[in-house]
Amino acid sequence: MISIETRWLVQDLLNEYALTIDHDELEAWPDFFTDDGVYKIMPAENRRQGLPGVLVLCIGSNMMRDRIKVLREANEFNIHFDRHILGMPKLEPLGGNLLRVTSCYSLFQTDQEGESRLFNVGQYEDIVDVGGPRPLFKERVVVVDTCAVPNLLATPI
Amino acid sequence: MLTPDIWPKNDYSRVPFFLYHDTSVYEEEQQRIFRGPVWSFLGLEAEVPEVGDFRTTFIGDVPVIFNRAKDGRVHAMVNRCAHRGAIVRREAHGNAQNHTCIYHRWNYGLDGKLLGIPFQRGVMGQGGMSADFKRECHGLEKLRVQSYHGILFVTFSDSVQPLEDYLGPNMSWHLKRLMSKKVKVLGYQRQRIHGNWKLYCENLRDQYHGSLLHQFHRKFGISRVTQQGGAALDPRHRHNISYTREGTDSTDAALQAYREQGVAESELRLKDTSLFRYTQEFPDDISLAICSVFPNACFQQIRNSLAARQVRPRGVDDFELYWTIFGYEDDTDELTADRMLQTNMVGPAGLISMEDGEAVEIAHRATLADPTAFAVIEMGGGGSIPDEVTFKASDIPVRGFWSYYAELMGCEAQGGIR
Repeated sequence: MISIETRWLVQDLLNEYALTIDHDELEAWPDFFTDDGVYKIMPAENRRQGLPGVLVLCIGSNMMRDRIKVLREANEFNIHFDRHILGMPKLEPLGGNLLRVTSCYSLFQTDQEGESRLFNVGQYEDIVDVGGPRPLFKERVVVVDTCAVPNLLATPI
Repeated sequence: MLTPDIWPKNDYSRVPFFLYHDTSVYEEEQQRIFRGPVWSFLGLEAEVPEVGDFRTTFIGDVPVIFNRAKDGRVHAMVNRCAHRGAIVRREAHGNAQNHTCIYHRWNYGLDGKLLGIPFQRGVMGQGGMSADFKRECHGLEKLRVQSYHGILFVTFSDSVQPLEDYLGPNMSWHLKRLMSKKVKVLGYQRQRIHGNWKLYCENLRDQYHGSLLHQFHRKFGISRVTQQGGAALDPRHRHNISYTREGTDSTDAALQAYREQGVAESELRLKDTSLFRYTQEFPDDISLAICSVFPNACFQQIRNSLAARQVRPRGVDDFELYWTIFGYEDDTDELTADRMLQTNMVGPAGLISMEDGEAVEIAHRATLADPTAFAVIEMGGGGSIPDEVTFKASDIPVRGFWSYYAELMGCEAQGGIR
């Protein structure tokens, strides 16, 4: 039985994660993960074929901090503003302090001319640790339905 | 129909912008290039190991199916029903003993032969196809396939030169090197770039941009202009291999070279350096090799990240870049894990490749307005094209691409170099 309070805390985690990216506070993005947390963006077509190929893989929050640093200081990418629209999550107990949380998202990107386009749609497959002062992602696998990435994928989903 | 006078210079150091935007040029390219006397990259043998394994793809904008037939060989056919022109095999991949068009259930073998059509002799004595209808004349259009050490190439042409001659000695050597062991496919990546496909072919042959656009290279010392490297071309200069040798420069030399050019440096350090863990797996010191084969392919070794890239044009201002990531069957689990980590560097989200999508799109957008203006391709000098370029600040192989392009399109410049 997952308490209403835990459900709300997980819901807050999902919401704040998305708003943090949408507000371009990318430096705070790794703070949503445990230190050994894993972040992976994976094309759904690879998943369906049982292939491990990824688009992005960060093992540990240090690697996530590195990715943001590289984005800020080295990468050149399309100038855009992100907007995540989240679906309601499904929560399942995994034993201990861990929950499996599954939810869907749509990610729109808006350019400087104010034109918005659907950039990516897919599903978050999370393992959330609710044992600490606030829930954190132990694993967040982003399975992208939109395998055909328009232009490029720079900012996290 | 393009004419020789479209080229301001006979060394192809000027490229008129309309070539990226004119739809009639695009249509002619489909005919003269993709369906012309070239070998295009189709896929890997490792993708269709068993009899009946099939994958669907595009050569130029023609839908193509390839599969392994009962004779053990890979066959490729145009994926278009001989009846009414519908796509026959709609799935991206699978295993089947034959292919049936859903429209009227015309059925084809793995070799493309038409096996059966419903109601060929009519129903209860009525209808049916004409008495002189010959099934053997209505198979799927067959293409010629050849495997080069596990890389499948395909051609629509009867007159194209033999594959190994087409590739030339340098490319043959590099592809053999990359395919020296049995390959294991690890996954796919797709990138949709809103620009003309040739802008990407140029990008592949332009080593000049490498450490300038992709700053991750330089800031972390993976590939710098001061490292030993360069380009190797085929005798006709249509293909190109850009390579870098590991451990051939010093950080001081690199910093000085960039500082002299006023290019900013930074004290960027990664918190986690496992991304840079590198296992030397070839019997040479080449750590980066980008092997671009005219017209639609690139085979890459970027440290331990191995991939094939296929360019699939989707109209004059759109193409898909289709990446097949692979390792080898005898890889240890650690090496496979490292290949996955290094995948962070390549593909649409790659730390050293994401910029290419943006570069193509901004070039495509701004060249639309002025069709007779032209791009300048002169880094490394103009004039003749050498088979080897031993320095990295060069875009000479881009001129090689255009020289061969002009030949196929029937518009070689007056006295054009080759």
